[in-house]
Amino acid sequence: MSTTTSGGGHGDDASRRDFLYIATGAFGGIGTALAVWPLIDQMNPSSDVLALASTEVDLSPVKEGQAITVVWRSKPVFIRHRTATEIEAARNVIVEDLRDPQADEDRVQQDKWLIMVGVCTHLGCVPLGQKATDPQGEFGGWFCPCHGSHYDTSGRIRKGPAPANLMVPPYEFLSDTTIKIG
Amino acid sequence: MSSPGSGNRIVQWIEYRLPIFSWLDHTVGSGYPAPKNLNYLWNMGSLAGVALVIQIVTGIVLAMHYVPHGNMAFDSVEHIMRNVNYGWLIRYIHANGASMFFLVVYIHVFRGLYYGSYKYPRELLWWIGLAIMLLMMATAFMGYVLPWGQMSFWAATVITNLFSAIPLIGEPIVTWLWGGFAVDSPTLQRFYSLHYLLPFVIAGVVIVHIWALHTHGSNNPTGIDVKGPQDTLPFHPYYTVKDLFGLGLFLIIFAYWVFYNPNYLGHPDNYIPANPLQTPPHIVPEWYLLPYYAILRAIPDKLGGIVVMGAAIGVLFLIPWLDTSRVRSATFRPIYKQFYWILVADILILGWVGANPPEGYFILIGQLATAYYFLHFIIVMPFVGWFETPRQLPDSIATSVLDKGGGADTAKEGAP
Ligand code: HEM
Ligand code: FES
Repeated sequence: MSTTTSGGGHGDDASRRDFLYIATGAFGGIGTALAVWPLIDQMNPSSDVLALASTEVDLSPVKEGQAITVVWRSKPVFIRHRTATEIEAARNVIVEDLRDPQADEDRVQQDKWLIMVGVCTHLGCVPLGQKATDPQGEFGGWFCPCHGSHYDTSGRIRKGPAPANLMVPPYEFLSDTTIKIG
Repeated sequence: MSSPGSGNRIVQWIEYRLPIFSWLDHTVGSGYPAPKNLNYLWNMGSLAGVALVIQIVTGIVLAMHYVPHGNMAFDSVEHIMRNVNYGWLIRYIHANGASMFFLVVYIHVFRGLYYGSYKYPRELLWWIGLAIMLLMMATAFMGYVLPWGQMSFWAATVITNLFSAIPLIGEPIVTWLWGGFAVDSPTLQRFYSLHYLLPFVIAGVVIVHIWALHTHGSNNPTGIDVKGPQDTLPFHPYYTVKDLFGLGLFLIIFAYWVFYNPNYLGHPDNYIPANPLQTPPHIVPEWYLLPYYAILRAIPDKLGGIVVMGAAIGVLFLIPWLDTSRVRSATFRPIYKQFYWILVADILILGWVGANPPEGYFILIGQLATAYYFLHFIIVMPFVGWFETPRQLPDSIATSVLDKGGGADTAKEGAP
């Protein structure tokens, strides 16, 4: 069609113009995407939020059978000084039958200290079970009241809608009685 | 008044340069013919518009005193309640106004469902309406987070965590929504920004909604098309007056909540400041989201629950095609009419289940009611449409109004 309108007589005008359209469109699209990225990325955690990396905790006041909650990256972290019965209960399960199979040994560094992020893996509520008076669910660990998830004495999901075990954060023992989370 | 303001020279001067008066006349004036048989359920549209304006006006005033920061938001709302002149009134209007807005919009939607207003040629109008409903839910949810009480905080946590169910990219999306590793002040601040913005987006979409409405005009209780001028009345003064009368009644009900029972629809836990380390023992959304919440909890699987909850609204987009009946109004559909009321009951049951803890027989009832909800749209709607014999339709809107023994009376009986 361009041969008749341009009068130049270049038979390949149409395809050259197609190329120009596509190239312009592509560059415009990529340019816009690049310009939009800062507008999206600004919503990700800012540098100061990322900087709140680690928390140190003194474990010495926590007696056997007791639990404390500390804050790490604005989330609760459960620290439980487990009794021998609790440890045994956690180990007396067939790992393969669990929804999120994980041996208790892989969830602790020292058998008596269970350290986990206290955030239900369903929709993020804080499960009950830290206080002796709390409901601890059918498996003697934690119970999430929001939609009814039960966790065992290793913090593994046993019943209810949550898909995964309570998360174990990165931590290390600085001495026998202090840990650094993060 | 065929040519608006024809007598007034200033009006003429403006009209010649910007034909706004004739535009108004065609939109809500004597130049807009509306079916003459509209019942009071057709008041809900204008009431929803008024409710939106009330939210915007009270919201802008609240924004003059509210502080969107994790450390100050709760106190600033208390400051509005105790210190700001009439602050308590403005906040109670805004908080209860959200409920009144949903009330009229839900009646509006059920009206459309009963009279087949989603059918040809109003499919897009229906879709735009559903889009408004989704935007309202997002706006109300983010507004509910702003007072930064316990319910605010945990509603924000649970709802944003819904996105974590998306495979692979779920976790990064949630972190992105939060601007941190948990719901915190950055989350509150962005919700505030969006809570301010979205009502104006809604206002824009409402304009498109009305544009689509005026393309083919209102549906009516008989569901049959307007055939000529004998079927219609000019919008002004007939329906402007009727809408104003309805507005009076609406404001009386509204005022009851604001002045006599302002906290009934809210939750007392929201007067406890947000505590990220403790979830309240029983968290529930506002009443207008309870049925969806019940559907979410009916499915004992994280991703599954979210998909099914989304589908509960998604299926509403499909009903123009799922409904196979050639008759619009359920008034003339003896079998479908009964299923309609069963559906209404089913949704109320879902709301009741959503308000209760997920224990014992509530789980089973919630699952049955969820199953029935989908059954209604996916099975009942198409099959009843195919097999039901509709009643005789009136010849026209005009005859249905005049013929007392026929369509008009029965139409009233059947109206919800
Ligand atoms: C679609 C319209 C709107 C709806 C459905 C809506 C809904 C809500 C809801 C449910 C709350 C929580 C009330 C409470 O429990 O205290 C709220 C709070 C708030 N809204 Fe809106 N809103 C709307 C429009 C607006 C607009 C346009 C603004 C303007 C900036 C605004 C500003 C605020 C502020 C500052 C608060 C916090 C103070 C408070 O909690 O009372 N809203 N909104
Ligand atoms: S958030 Fe714990 S069960 Fe849903």
